Amino acid sequence: MVNKKILITGNEAIGKGAIDAGCFFYAGYPITPQNELTSYMAESMPKAKRIFIQAESEISAINMVFGASAAGMRAMTSSSSPGISLKQEGISYLAGAELPAVIVNVMRGGPGLGNIAAAQSDYFQATRAGGHGDYHCIVLAPFSIQESYDFMKLAFDLADKYRNPVLILSDGMLGQMMEPLFLGRSRHTPYAIHHTPKWAISGCLRRKPNVIRSLYLKEGVLEKLNLKLQEKYKKIKEKEARYEILYLEDAKIILVAYGTMARIVKSVVKKLRQKGKKIGLIRPITLWPFPEKIFQYLSLKHKGLKFLVVEMSYGQMLEDVKLALNGKAKVEFLGRAGGGIPTEEEIIKRVIAL
Amino acid sequence: MQKIFSPPKSLRNIITHYCPGCGHGITQRLIAEVIDELKIREKVIGVCPVGCAVVAYDYWDFDCTEAAHGRALAVATGIKRVRPKNIVFTYQGDGDLAAIGTNETIHAANRGEKLTAIFINNAVYGMTGGQMAPTTLLGQKTITTPQGRKKEKEGYPLKISEMLAILPAVKYIARVALFSPQEVLKAKQAIKVAFENQINNLGFSLVEVLSPCPTYWKLSPKAAMDWIKDVMIKEFPLGRIK
Repeated sequence: MVNKKILITGNEAIGKGAIDAGCFFYAGYPITPQNELTSYMAESMPKAKRIFIQAESEISAINMVFGASAAGMRAMTSSSSPGISLKQEGISYLAGAELPAVIVNVMRGGPGLGNIAAAQSDYFQATRAGGHGDYHCIVLAPFSIQESYDFMKLAFDLADKYRNPVLILSDGMLGQMMEPLFLGRSRHTPYAIHHTPKWAISGCLRRKPNVIRSLYLKEGVLEKLNLKLQEKYKKIKEKEARYEILYLEDAKIILVAYGTMARIVKSVVKKLRQKGKKIGLIRPITLWPFPEKIFQYLSLKHKGLKFLVVEMSYGQMLEDVKLALNGKAKVEFLGRAGGGIPTEEEIIKRVIAL
Repeated sequence: MQKIFSPPKSLRNIITHYCPGCGHGITQRLIAEVIDELKIREKVIGVCPVGCAVVAYDYWDFDCTEAAHGRALAVATGIKRVRPKNIVFTYQGDGDLAAIGTNETIHAANRGEKLTAIFINNAVYGMTGGQMAPTTLLGQKTITTPQGRKKEKEGYPLKISEMLAILPAVKYIARVALFSPQEVLKAKQAIKVAFENQINNLGFSLVEVLSPCPTYWKLSPKAAMDWIKDVMIKEFPLGRIK
């Protein structure tokens, strides 16, 4: 691929990223603010000789993804908050059957029908197993159009590597805005689209039949599956935590934010640094696994640190920061939701008051 | 000496968990025989959703997947669209296909997915202990209609097969029963047609099997078969619907 710069929305960048990552099957249902993604896939998937289906419901879409994934193909669906709630049973089945899949949530305001403005109120749902059972999805939070594109390859690779669903947590702002996207940077090897994993259902030609299941009624068997899953999650926690840091060497105050909120917070941190304030930033990129080690390291290395968590919610990632620090540093919070976004002025005011 | 009869290769030689007199065992065997006869065992994929149907994947000896309750035809759609050369079928109960999964059923049929659906109608929820199904007959007692199903409260038995027959993308619909050797043979023939249609890429096919549930009908296996013959087929007439 040649080096090329294009102007594109976040939603379309996700679609393009998915196709370039070898996504073979997409099923979706209309919901704002992710419609650009569905329409991009409707246009681009058939052109790339891939499968696009407008499903009759969010529930049907996630179960079509279950089928395509069980058949061994890279499969994804996308939606926004209320639609993601509907998909939760299906995501639990994917986790239970250990099927890879990518699910994109372009978050909007809630609860209920809420509104169509950007929000980060689905953090708990994404990171705490939104459906039933003891499971985790890997959760990636892009904060730019470039990352919206790049993380799709990462998401499919992680989903395949761990045979686990991966969530992309975007939001209405990131999905709708346009930014330049640089193509051709990727050092990833292209994915062989028609590669069939050995566990997939493809017809039992020259092998024993495969069964994809999550039902285990015999005593002790389901417990064994759960222990196996827990081992897998432990490995993911050890290996896959990702984050960005800024000015942590001498920072006394550390701001913590992800996604759209991190864009605003990053600009605040840079502005206050210019004014000589000893301030830094941690931007979690994986929300699960949460990058807790950087928090633990900092709290041991520097005494008297203050953390300010800023979210477009009323304090959801805040809990993970507190759990990571385990009382070793002071944690403050600033958040707005339901379409409200903490402004630069509000954040600066809060930092000064710390 | 020539061997003229043996158990189907597509069925494992193990004891099922089904109750005495249940129709699942007969239907699952018929499906296995048809798959053997059509020589598609190596490319068939079965979809077994929640209910007594789900454990079929322990009895069949070919590739299968589970599906969440009601979602068999959505899962099957995903499989068939990415693997159009495979033969994909669903095996669903009445609660799955005609209550919680009605939406998936209607839309998969309306899209004309090249799928085969085998629909077990036993007029009751078996796995959960005998509750009213969408196909429960008027007056039929279940644990959630202890006085019998009343049309004023619970509506009428849902005739999903007749509903689907009006959809232009639906190729074939038949209703069969298992209460005599002749009917079993007819059932097998209908199942075969439904699979052949998929092999020939013709469109959506569904076979509704009126199947006994002696346990939750509170009848002996023989009386349950007779009840289908004497009572159930009056509400659900047998034969080709489309």
